[in-house]
Amino acid sequence: MKQIKSLADLNKSKEEYLSKSKDSEKKDAPGGKVRIRVHMGTSGIASGAREIHEFLTIELEKRNIDAVVIKTGDMGYCFAEPTIEVTRSGEEPIIFGNVDKLRADEIIEKYIKNGEYVEGILPVNYQIIN
Amino acid sequence: MVKYRKQILVCGGAGCNSKQSEEILDNLKLELEALALENDIQVIKTGCFGLCELGPVVKIMPDDTIYTKVTPDDAAEIITEHVVKGKRIERLIYKDPVTQKQVSASSEMTSYKKQLRIVLRNCGIIDPESIEEAIARDAYLALGKVLKEMKPIEVIKIIQDSGLRGRGGAGFPTGLKWKLAHENKSDEKYVVCNADEGDPGAFMDRSVLEGDPHSVLEAMAICGFCIGSSKGLIYIRAEYPLAVARLITAIKQARESGLLGNDIFGSGFNFDIEIKYGAGAFVCGEETALIHSMEGLRGEPTVKPPFPVESGFRGKPTNVNNVETYACISPIILKGSSWFSSIGTEKSKGTKVFALAGKINNVGLIEVPMGTTLREVIFEIGGGIQYGKKFKAVQTGGPSGGCLTEKHLDTPIDFDNLIAAGSFMGSGGMIVMDEDDCMVSVSKYFLDFTVEESCGKCAPCRIGNKRLYELLDHICKGNGTMEDLKRLKNMSLVIKDTSLCGLGQGSPNPVLSTLDNFMDEYIAHVVDKKCPAGKCRDLMQYFIISENCVGCTACARVCPVNAITGERKEPHLINPSICIKCGACIEKCKFDAIIIK
Repeated sequence: MKQIKSLADLNKSKEEYLSKSKDSEKKDAPGGKVRIRVHMGTSGIASGAREIHEFLTIELEKRNIDAVVIKTGDMGYCFAEPTIEVTRSGEEPIIFGNVDKLRADEIIEKYIKNGEYVEGILPVNYQIIN
Repeated sequence: MVKYRKQILVCGGAGCNSKQSEEILDNLKLELEALALENDIQVIKTGCFGLCELGPVVKIMPDDTIYTKVTPDDAAEIITEHVVKGKRIERLIYKDPVTQKQVSASSEMTSYKKQLRIVLRNCGIIDPESIEEAIARDAYLALGKVLKEMKPIEVIKIIQDSGLRGRGGAGFPTGLKWKLAHENKSDEKYVVCNADEGDPGAFMDRSVLEGDPHSVLEAMAICGFCIGSSKGLIYIRAEYPLAVARLITAIKQARESGLLGNDIFGSGFNFDIEIKYGAGAFVCGEETALIHSMEGLRGEPTVKPPFPVESGFRGKPTNVNNVETYACISPIILKGSSWFSSIGTEKSKGTKVFALAGKINNVGLIEVPMGTTLREVIFEIGGGIQYGKKFKAVQTGGPSGGCLTEKHLDTPIDFDNLIAAGSFMGSGGMIVMDEDDCMVSVSKYFLDFTVEESCGKCAPCRIGNKRLYELLDHICKGNGTMEDLKRLKNMSLVIKDTSLCGLGQGSPNPVLSTLDNFMDEYIAHVVDKKCPAGKCRDLMQYFIISENCVGCTACARVCPVNAITGERKEPHLINPSICIKCGACIEKCKFDAIIIK
């Protein structure tokens, strides 16, 4: 791991990471890379988020969709776990709740491929500080 | 590519559902089919918008228009006017409750977004196992600034000016605590993070550690710099394996990047963090007990003073803060104390994370500015009470807190208002209760918890709480008298005044607050020998309504103690002296002939 010895190092690390993720978004634009966050804190995992993470990783590759799937902590939607956040290239992210394999499949086929909404959307009702 | 020209989202949260959102959805679809637009426009049901009082809510994308209080009859107009002609329907557009201005784009609706995430800023956003992602969201930037550009006393001043108060429960000013720890001279000092979250139903700290561990590590290092300590300790319960695993990974990555260890940011400042495991004893959340537990001693509290900032871990000055308090630190440094103090109420600044649990629709974690009302939290963000039942009480502050009622719903939540209302901020658990909950049983439940968790060191807590529990049990069994209610109150006050630590001092709060707010329910238990909520089994009686009973004998056959007698096709009878109140008969009866009184 790279040593961070100054504020400049810290800033460099931030810039590198951001440009790396920007590049990956730009790739093959406008279809672009899809970013998926699977919320995997205790409540997510207890509701089956691990299986959903595995399912999405395998299926997206099988279906030739260029996507990054990452694991994060929970967002607090305990009533609707497992939840995932999907960001289509250049679009606002959308959070889906109560995602089982069936719904995950639907999200790939309908939302990721065509932008068609599927059931389970959780409207965002919070602001996050930058 | 988006297949549809427009997409209509209809809120399917429980609140809107009870106000005909299903019908609206159907009507919208019918209207679209009538105009042969169903392949062009998508209609879909979504989760709760958190606008339940203004429901049903309909949102149209990509126009980003939100309509509130929509009725099934409005469906036609939405389709013909908005979707076909592109004209917004003014009378349905959301109005800002403060300015009364019409706001149409949901991204502008700031007062609709009642939640503000400072502590949870990275939870669910970053990969907690990747320090690069954390750094990309400005982790360790505040630490760098502090080490390179500031003096400890300047940082402490910022924290003091921000008005940040400890999030673990009591609300002690964080900046002042740091200042005291800074001023106490010693060759060694310690920075401790209290992650021993023990309130039933509370999981704020766990989520922060699982979702954003670096925010805590960074703040501990900042605290170390301020008070002159090079050693941090995180006391976490072993029941949080995922949080522990992610903390271990985060500490390892921070060490490898040089953000923990020697000469951080080339400033000559050394700081490292070690994890200490707790066995999940509630009392170890009390700072002196926590310190004893870390020293390998029994987790028992000791009298303060001396406070840990004077003599804590191994007798050295020790600063103990809660996870959530640490998570507030770096935004305060990066954005300034006046930014933080502009959020919240006069004496409670910033935001607070709450874990919503109990009979509420949207169970989960929320973060709201201090001063948000209980009504906003429960009925808007929380989506209201499950199954459309009536709200009865909300318990805040865990076993040391109290139950607040309908009359407190419009109280702005902050440290002082909750205490004035007879409860307590605590770490932020909120348990919502509906009409089916018996408040005497609720007090008994919390007392049961305290009796179990009492360390036994001082008599008021060890013996007093046990007696309090027995009295409550006595009342629930229908053996209580009005005299017992007086004893209940007296004993509670004595325990509150004479216990050694916060656990004992707070333990009678559930009893005192329910005595204040639900005296009628206690009286019903002791005088009428009835439990109005129908929860106390010993006070219940099963009856057969003879007009409804057709004499099918189903109940008599299922009764395990043969308490039900009667001839075929004749009304049956339950013998209360034999009945064990198992409820098997009620489940079997197809004619609603059996009731509980």
